Amino acid sequence: MVMSLSRLGSFHQSKLSFLRSFIREFKNWNYNRNLFDLDKKGYGTAVYSFEKKGRSYSLLCFAQHIKPEERSDRVIATKWDAAFVLHDGVPTKKDIDRLRRNVPQQEVGRLSYKELTLSRANKSVRAFDHVVDSLSSGKQPDKELLKKVGYLYRTTAVYGSGKFGLADRFRIKDRKEIYGPFRLEMMLVYLVRQFTFDQVNHIAKSRSPNKAVTLNENIARNLGIGNSTGLGMAPFLVNHPTLLHNWIYCREKALKQIRSIERVKIEDFNAFKNYIDKSKLSIDTWLTDSEYQISKINSLKSDLIKFIKYLESCYSTESDYLWNHIYLWSEKNLGEECVEYIVSMMMEPYDSIIDPLINNMSSEEEKYFNIPGYRKISELKDIIEKNYKPIIQIDFKNKNNTSNFWFISKNKEEPRVANRYEEHGSELEQPLAIARDIKQLHERLIRAKQTDTVAEFLLNNNDLRHVVRRAFIIEKFPYSEIQDNTIGASLIPIDMLRLKLSFFGAVKFDPRSDKWLRINMYQGAPLPNEMKFSNDNWVYNSLN
Amino acid sequence: MQSFSEIDTTSKRASKAAGFTWGVAEEIGKNMRNLEMFGLPGIKNLNLYFRKIKKKPNEKPKRIEKKNKPKFKEFCPIYCGVAFLDNCKKLENLKLIKFFNVSYPLLLLPFLSRSSDIVGKKILVKYEKNNFLLNFDKSIFSNNSNNKIVSKAKEISIEFLENNNSFSLKDWKELYKLSEETFVEETDSLKKKGAGAGLTDND
Repeated sequence: MVMSLSRLGSFHQSKLSFLRSFIREFKNWNYNRNLFDLDKKGYGTAVYSFEKKGRSYSLLCFAQHIKPEERSDRVIATKWDAAFVLHDGVPTKKDIDRLRRNVPQQEVGRLSYKELTLSRANKSVRAFDHVVDSLSSGKQPDKELLKKVGYLYRTTAVYGSGKFGLADRFRIKDRKEIYGPFRLEMMLVYLVRQFTFDQVNHIAKSRSPNKAVTLNENIARNLGIGNSTGLGMAPFLVNHPTLLHNWIYCREKALKQIRSIERVKIEDFNAFKNYIDKSKLSIDTWLTDSEYQISKINSLKSDLIKFIKYLESCYSTESDYLWNHIYLWSEKNLGEECVEYIVSMMMEPYDSIIDPLINNMSSEEEKYFNIPGYRKISELKDIIEKNYKPIIQIDFKNKNNTSNFWFISKNKEEPRVANRYEEHGSELEQPLAIARDIKQLHERLIRAKQTDTVAEFLLNNNDLRHVVRRAFIIEKFPYSEIQDNTIGASLIPIDMLRLKLSFFGAVKFDPRSDKWLRINMYQGAPLPNEMKFSNDNWVYNSLN
Repeated sequence: MQSFSEIDTTSKRASKAAGFTWGVAEEIGKNMRNLEMFGLPGIKNLNLYFRKIKKKPNEKPKRIEKKNKPKFKEFCPIYCGVAFLDNCKKLENLKLIKFFNVSYPLLLLPFLSRSSDIVGKKILVKYEKNNFLLNFDKSIFSNNSNNKIVSKAKEISIEFLENNNSFSLKDWKELYKLSEETFVEETDSLKKKGAGAGLTDND
């Protein structure tokens, strides 16, 4: 079942991913480095922009010195090597001064409606120092070392949509170039990547003006931007049900269309095999210490061997509905990690199927917020029985099924999860135990008078109002709910993170615990001066 | 300046802390966003109401009728609003509804504004010399330009307005006549060739 957490937590980047659609959309915009005012050690201000037909987006970068003991990827950090903000338009000197005071403070600073996204990042000291040392002594850095890390900086949060005073989405949602979800977050990360290259080149040149060399573009291209992601991301999926639906719906729609192709063209099939071959490289260099992930990678590797053998034995372009056969065979014979991998690869040859879906992946949750109070209890009961089948089977009297609770931490206002029976605070639980509350709603609906209206029911049952709303949403948006228990003892929160990050286009998921992980974004992506001539296959051309 | 998203999230959390359920708190978050967007002092009224109730919301109506009086002291504007919103399609038939003794009545307004959108009719709200015309949740016209805080409305009247023109037939004819100047006089030839339908009515 596609909406189970283990399946969602096996998703991979694909042609639908947002960082790939960002590059497709912005490849013809004019890129500029408008300001680069760093001192010899690389501290100072830089501004980068994309501009087209009078509209521009500018990334402001503020790099500063921090002590090694101040460097932390955890959300509790208060200082970072660099802080970034994406400004709407061309910033004035006054804007730059204002942002210099606020952006390095991140959550404690204040932004305005003229700013769109906010982020911060720390150096991967090992990789960064090695690259600067190498370049300043006239050598290119050791590719093997960079292969292990994959980036020079790691972001630890990217904020948007009204946080800390940033522009609300409604102010900009009608701009065609940002119809796809998270496009401005993707832009910020992309430009940050370029800043990291410019910064190492600048420091090396400042250190040894006569001897330093510039970072080789092939090496730079193979570096991405790291990201450390914690639980902050998980409730997002629960709090944006129609958005989640649109992402999964587009994926399902693409898959359905591909499986319905009667005669697969030989060139499309060869492209599929080619992408599988190339991407195997990235699986071999997918490093993690997480036993959970190691076991998933191993199952992916062994399943891929099985799959390739199957392909060699079964394929004929003469077969009707070849993709459908491949998909059904995969579902029957392979694990979820590999099935999802193959689904991603199957999308690759089909621009004509994927491209029209991209702009349907955003959503306006507000449109579906109102509860139709005039509907009957019997109708609501039917909706739940049809759309929450696995959920209403769960026994919530069993403590194992309610062992966790989600809360917002007081110091960082970020979501956290804890054991209900061992920690304090469960009385302040967030409304994220959807499965438990849906089950409770179902039980009450069974006892209620079936001809009553939902409005009548709510007069005495407003404690379940939040899930009544969700039930009417799922009626219209069948992929809007994770069909699993998000408070059970067996919950693996990083499955929720991986779902979101795979849609971002992240690769090399590296769980550091069951609650946070590291990833890499834009590894292999064209550099800004190459965007115009790039194709969408970059993700496979350069992965290592 | 706070973004509307911050207003929504913080109002929702504060409402939960003030004694409302999460589902109702979600409604309040959206409402505060709307009030502030329309330039009305939502946050100020909400703070004052929460201060007054000390985590025990005022009375909720058991059901909504033409005239609604609290059993004890004052109605909670939020519970009145939630019940009104949930029942708005049915309440439309009552045409004019009155509530008596409602705390901070401005907090009821966004529920009525959303109801106006759902039933597709403008709603006129009157209390304590304040008039508000709610236009399908797209805008609110008000004579309360100084945003004076009303801590209790002795009587609130809520009227569903029939969808009537705001202009006379004479006004319309005058405008229509001018619009006709964009039309082309039809010759016999244009009559034959210009239209898409068949040349006889019996083909």
